[in-house]
Amino acid sequence: MVERRPLTSLLTHFVLVLGVIAIALPIWITFVAATHDQFRMNQVPLPLWPGTHLWDNLNQTLFGAGLSGTEGAPVWLMLLNSLAMAMMISLGKIAISLLSAFAIVYFRFPFRMTCFWMIFITLMLPVEVRILPTFEVVANLGMLNSYWGLSIPLIASATATFMFRQVFLTVPDEMLESARIDGAGPMRFFFDILLPLSRTNIAALFVILFIFGWNQYLWPLLITTDTSMTTIVMSIKQMLEAAEQSPQWNIIMTTALLAMIPPIFVVISMQKLFVQGLTETDK
Amino acid sequence: MLKRVHFPSSPLPYLLVAPQLAITLVFFIWPASQAMYQSFLIEDAFGLGSEFVWFENFQVLWGDQHYLDAFWRTGIFSLLVAALSMGVALILAGFAQRVVRGAMVYRTLLIWPYAVAPVLAGALWVFMFNPTLGIFPYFLDFVGIDWNHYLNGNQAMALVILAAAWKQVAYNFLFYLAAMQSIPNSVIEAAAIDGAGPGRRFFSIILPLISPTTFFLLVINMVYAFFETFGIIHAVTQGGPGTSTTILVYKVFNDGFVGLDLGGSAAQSVILMVLVIAMTVVQFRYVERKVEY
Amino acid sequence: MAEIKLTDLTKSYGPTEVLHHVEGEISDGEFIVIVGPSGCGKSTLLRMVAGLETVTSGEIAIAGRRVNELEPSARDIAMVFQNYALYPHMSVRENMAYGLKIRKLSKAEINRRVEEAADILEIRQYLDRKPRQLSGGQRQRVAMGRAIVRDPQVFLFDEPLSNLDAKLRVQMRLEIRKLQQRLGVTSIYVTHDQVEAMTLGDRLMVLNGGYVEQFGTPIELYDRPASVFVAGFIGSPAMNFLPASIEAEALILSTGVQLAAPQVSADLAQNSAVLLGVRPEHLVPDEIGPIVIDVDMVEQLGANTLLHGKLSGSQHEIVASVPGHVAAEPGSKHSFSAAPELLHLFDPKTEKRLET
Repeated sequence: MVERRPLTSLLTHFVLVLGVIAIALPIWITFVAATHDQFRMNQVPLPLWPGTHLWDNLNQTLFGAGLSGTEGAPVWLMLLNSLAMAMMISLGKIAISLLSAFAIVYFRFPFRMTCFWMIFITLMLPVEVRILPTFEVVANLGMLNSYWGLSIPLIASATATFMFRQVFLTVPDEMLESARIDGAGPMRFFFDILLPLSRTNIAALFVILFIFGWNQYLWPLLITTDTSMTTIVMSIKQMLEAAEQSPQWNIIMTTALLAMIPPIFVVISMQKLFVQGLTETDK
Repeated sequence: MLKRVHFPSSPLPYLLVAPQLAITLVFFIWPASQAMYQSFLIEDAFGLGSEFVWFENFQVLWGDQHYLDAFWRTGIFSLLVAALSMGVALILAGFAQRVVRGAMVYRTLLIWPYAVAPVLAGALWVFMFNPTLGIFPYFLDFVGIDWNHYLNGNQAMALVILAAAWKQVAYNFLFYLAAMQSIPNSVIEAAAIDGAGPGRRFFSIILPLISPTTFFLLVINMVYAFFETFGIIHAVTQGGPGTSTTILVYKVFNDGFVGLDLGGSAAQSVILMVLVIAMTVVQFRYVERKVEY
Repeated sequence: MAEIKLTDLTKSYGPTEVLHHVEGEISDGEFIVIVGPSGCGKSTLLRMVAGLETVTSGEIAIAGRRVNELEPSARDIAMVFQNYALYPHMSVRENMAYGLKIRKLSKAEINRRVEEAADILEIRQYLDRKPRQLSGGQRQRVAMGRAIVRDPQVFLFDEPLSNLDAKLRVQMRLEIRKLQQRLGVTSIYVTHDQVEAMTLGDRLMVLNGGYVEQFGTPIELYDRPASVFVAGFIGSPAMNFLPASIEAEALILSTGVQLAAPQVSADLAQNSAVLLGVRPEHLVPDEIGPIVIDVDMVEQLGANTLLHGKLSGSQHEIVASVPGHVAAEPGSKHSFSAAPELLHLFDPKTEKRLET
């Protein structure tokens, strides 16, 4: 800051604290709802301060019957499904994008530009605009209700390929030349030099892709009919529907909390990487 | 965009691009061309045969008041989401970049919602605005507003906009903060020496300098509101009451999977694709100007 | 140990030829400097020897073996890059050992070689650091260490000192020369700095626009430059060029002044125009000398004095370098003479040296 003005400083912090409160409020209310029993959660006005039932709610949500009135999978299984899907999507995307970016940057081969444009085109085809035919493809391949069906169609990503391409282009040419003089072949160069050099970018991308994968909604909703394949994010919707009959908001909000915690944890704990990854992927 | 030196030619690069190309072909290009093809077909009433009808599906859409309404609704919805989330983010970033110590603490506290899935964001807001139990209707009642988004279309729209914008503030905030922090300090200092106070500096120096970021975020936010808000709508209003919150993406899903109108849904998909392509081109133009590929 | 032979070497990028019929033989243990302005093709030539650029036509042979088609790693060469090209994620030791590891040398042998090279370069205490923890000069040493451990037949240097500050550059220049003499490895060194070239090279290859202008020892280049380009490129301050003509075996400047002509070959036609070259340090103050300079600027360098001005009676720029301190006012006239054997004559059209 250029000059000291106590009053503007005060105003600055005031506005920021107000902003933080407004942004955090929904999450706070969720947390509060997860700490009260069902009885309290049906009295107006709802509490704004935490109660004492967090462990009971967690226990009931995770290992108990969960929400009565829904024939859902146990919440721990949904969390596991979500984790599997998020990991498969993020690791899969990183793996295939690294390989194709490596090929496009470090090799000159016929149809190189064709490959590049085919990958580029995926940037323009979000799953939402091609759901029906993609669903048919997955159904025909017998991949409904499977982890493969959940993750593979979401794995191809132009964004990740572009980011790695950018990263590889900033690696000095001399790295490759020096490696070639040292006698390293393409795959050796890839694993010994290129991967270690891009490890922060890989980690940053992982954070973003993990959140992307964990938060998938429409796609799992379509291709999983078997309740044992339900992901935690999907289950919220079913619970909201059930809530119209039996409003067990304490359980619903505990589930919502459980669904939010892994991605929030990843974002907060890897904040620096996440910010770097975000600004680099999109720019 | 090429390295000066390459590895000698071999089949290896084909093996390296094969996984991504295979997935792209099977799950992107093939379905997209299927959508394109189906948009020219009309299935008969029993789903047994189909007829090639050229642009009839599109013509039907063009004459369909529901579709046209959805089109305008989507435009207004995404503009409002973008304006609200970018406005709040801009104000917060403008103040946060003035904080010498603790800017990172505020950043940490403000970026959470990015990690929340759209459908969860919807669930949180629908809970807070639950007409019988929610905190907000309870307080709104004191000022004489009777909140029920299950019945009132405008209130339903306001709710999905709030939920969608809330989730996106974090993202916009990060970009605005990064843009403001990349303005050289000397520029700000020069303005201060010229006698511009903090407020004036913000409007006459900072705001014009970050205008590329604003443009970039506008496109990103529009795309977000067009496509990624599906979860919010699906959880909060299911397009209702009536069709008052049915945006294009929701309609594609609804007509295709619920209404089973394959041709019409495919035609809608094609229109959406054209929209995405247009936005991507705009965005790419911007990116290209900014970054040397 | 190896000699290198370049035969009719040409390089094209698409339709553009950037190197034209380069010929040259480098004997075993020789230190060759390729020098020329930026864009002359010197780096391309070096990289072709390294195997980083393909050969369009012609042949490169190392130790009598054609290497055109060989991978860089199979040519038994080592290269030091301008920006060092150290692997940033590896320690100094790992950087130096990487090539040996790929060649599957035993651990003990790798360690022995790395430590030996580290001792030669006095970088033993940095072996476990990462490149970013080193200064520019230390990185330079590591880059050379990486070349040394491979015990190659040929060292290639691509402007290795251009990222260092002036003082360090002089110091490292001496070290490179000493190291090369000690190891006796055939070396090719690319630079655009003519002082570096003159001090380092046993022989210099002067490249200009993809052509070899001259290939010879520093003294040959200085004494008998083969072209106007070489004459102007080698030596500082640069050689003066004055239009002149030869009439009846006398050399006449454009101002009409007559000079004692150097020995001119008989077939040089009468009345033919030539370009006279004379180095500033070869202009000797002489009160009755024929070359008169209208001085317009004086540079005092301490050891010598540079007088800048115009050849009296013309608009031709001319510089004289006089030993010691000379009191000269801008606007004054000074007379010089030059020994006939120190004059150079060039054909004004081809810019080639006229045999004298």
